[in-house]
Amino acid sequence: MFKTLSILRHQGKQYIPDVTTTDVPGCFRGRPVISSDVISSTTLSELSNLCPTGALSTSPLSIDLGKCLFCGECAFRAPENIRFTKDYHLATNDRSRLIVSASSAENTISLDPDKIRRQIRSLFRRSLKLRQVSAGGDGSCELELNATGNVNFDIGRFGIDFVASPRHADGIVLTGPISENMADSFLDAYNATPDPKLLILAGTEAISGGIWAGSPALRRNVLDGLHVDLYIPGNPVHPLTFVNGVLDLLGLKNR
Amino acid sequence: MKIKNFTSFDTNDVEILSYDDFYHNILSLVELEDNHCISLFARPLSKRSLRLWAFVACDATADISVFVADINADTSLNSLTAECPAFHPFEREIYEQFGVNYSNHPWLKPLRFAHDRTIPLGIYDYPFYDIESEEFHRVGVGPIHAGIIEPGHFRFICEGEKIHHLEIQLGWQHRGVENVMLTKQNALARSLVAENIAGDSTVANAVAFTSLYESLAGYNADRSLNIDRTIALEQERIAVHTGDLSAICTDIAYQLGSAVFGRLRTPMINFFQKWSGSRFAKGLIRPSGTNFPFTDALADDWLTTISKFEPDFREMATEMFDLPSVLSRIERTGILSRETAIRIGLVGMVAKASGLSRDVRATHPTLLYPELQNKTIVLPQGDVYARAQVRYQEVLQSIQNIKQLITLRSSAPQVGWHDLSLQPTKTAVALVEGWRGMICHVAQTDNNGNLVAYKVTDPSVHNWLGLALAVRGNGISDFPICNKSFDLSYCGHDL
Repeated sequence: MFKTLSILRHQGKQYIPDVTTTDVPGCFRGRPVISSDVISSTTLSELSNLCPTGALSTSPLSIDLGKCLFCGECAFRAPENIRFTKDYHLATNDRSRLIVSASSAENTISLDPDKIRRQIRSLFRRSLKLRQVSAGGDGSCELELNATGNVNFDIGRFGIDFVASPRHADGIVLTGPISENMADSFLDAYNATPDPKLLILAGTEAISGGIWAGSPALRRNVLDGLHVDLYIPGNPVHPLTFVNGVLDLLGLKNR
Repeated sequence: MKIKNFTSFDTNDVEILSYDDFYHNILSLVELEDNHCISLFARPLSKRSLRLWAFVACDATADISVFVADINADTSLNSLTAECPAFHPFEREIYEQFGVNYSNHPWLKPLRFAHDRTIPLGIYDYPFYDIESEEFHRVGVGPIHAGIIEPGHFRFICEGEKIHHLEIQLGWQHRGVENVMLTKQNALARSLVAENIAGDSTVANAVAFTSLYESLAGYNADRSLNIDRTIALEQERIAVHTGDLSAICTDIAYQLGSAVFGRLRTPMINFFQKWSGSRFAKGLIRPSGTNFPFTDALADDWLTTISKFEPDFREMATEMFDLPSVLSRIERTGILSRETAIRIGLVGMVAKASGLSRDVRATHPTLLYPELQNKTIVLPQGDVYARAQVRYQEVLQSIQNIKQLITLRSSAPQVGWHDLSLQPTKTAVALVEGWRGMICHVAQTDNNGNLVAYKVTDPSVHNWLGLALAVRGNGISDFPICNKSFDLSYCGHDL
């Protein structure tokens, strides 16, 4: 008993008071900032074939965060033109907003309010239960989604939880590039979730297939015809990126 | 032919044996406890003609023996598994991929339902073992599990609450890793493939890939780079073991341990973020160099971070292993004996918890390991307790290892790296001890130095059968805690 109390005391305060503004340690690679005012032709030609997932385009210079694995190699090759900031607010409900170019400069990534279905906020603002489905991922997004519930990020304080059954869930969080072998099981879980429901693609692999895009072992067309409510880039998704994306979708502020 | 870890050899120098000689040579080696198969695969020569490649590690001499045989895919073969169960996943893969019939294989079932399989079975056609009886009932779990976890299907045959038999069907995560690796044409793309094989073992897979790549190119990484890679491997062990202790506490409803180990993991993976910009060290390890050298400032930061981590970690672990309510759940639960561990070729952390000293850092040392005071931690019990206790002790030892590595380093490597051109007709092998155990990568180049074969063996390939055997006779409610104590990889197995 006393040992338990003493351990508790030694932990101090671990939770992040404001998950929307807290600073992340180190050199985290979040939203990139691009400047193409001055760019040499040698840099352009080096960048043109660099990105293994095709996230980087050179005309105009832009990065598609839905394809980006955040390896940072382009920023090392062209530090004058590409810089990754520590901004972890990367989620949006509009796929095209994930493409960052010089014209978006210091603009942050946000949701398009007109594309949020009206029911979503009225139904799920106070309580949102999510079912996660992993379909061919490498397990890192799953670890980060688990971390959203730990004592640091504590997503439970916003009434957001992960549940065991899709029948208890208000939406599906999909991770991984969608393997052929999981495609039907993903659809089963999606169909078992009662309407109205959310579909959240968590991680670059889920959004575009990542480094596995084009592999014959995937079946990405199961997403055809499904409404995606939130795209959350990352390799893996940072817990703060996930928490903030869902808060923005629900129209919640930190509390 | 005998080679050492992290080396390559001329592919044409290997003697091609008849299948009979191949079979008997391998069996005579693995009769000895020190020898175990690390990789066995087939490569097509022509339409129905295959070349088998087998790699057997000898832990006593640090040698890796290579055996090669040519076979016809339509001829029935004697199964190595029939004599030594440790071969079962490898022969199942060859059966699945090429339809080779191992006539006396006791368990010739698909391994991962790879997309390029030739057998006419889909993932929902898996031939489960069954017992017709009024006494038994079946419990099917998955592929989607209750928590936020990767998919796999578990089929239990139970007698009341007691597990009589468990069969684990995998393959759900298969995304074609080995074939995607061959389609990538440069070191950056290939590094990204290696980094994304298994997210909890990013460093271990990236180091295996990088070392393999460098040995195929005839490139020697300098000492400062090897120090960085060794630090990263040990840091990954600290982070994952700490997270696993949290998860074990979660599964026995020990809330304090769950919360405290969970929050202690955060500074450990955040250290990777300070070092490389990613909590999982994605982007850190590259062939010939690195974008993120371990600087003096990072060394100071690590020492400060660990001085806060270690006392809290020790305090929590001491309390956990002292509590009767914890011990009653983890002691004598999910026992795997040493004899079974040897027979099925168990490796890594769970082997060490079953009294079997299998740790590449000691048996096939590379990087800075020959210079470290690292002593393999082995416990005899083979239960959940031992698997938790090995983690605790390994975390403390990894802390000591990094402290020693910091004293061994002189200056940080230069920032930057470059692609390497691979030598023609080479075969290279890399064994790396990740936190889970031995990760084996094998690669081959053709006459032009193109990558033509890339094989990955996660420790989970050896160890999943261990979990199935460990839960026999246990209550089904103890399955989650047994599962977590093994913490095997789905994506690393399914590829």
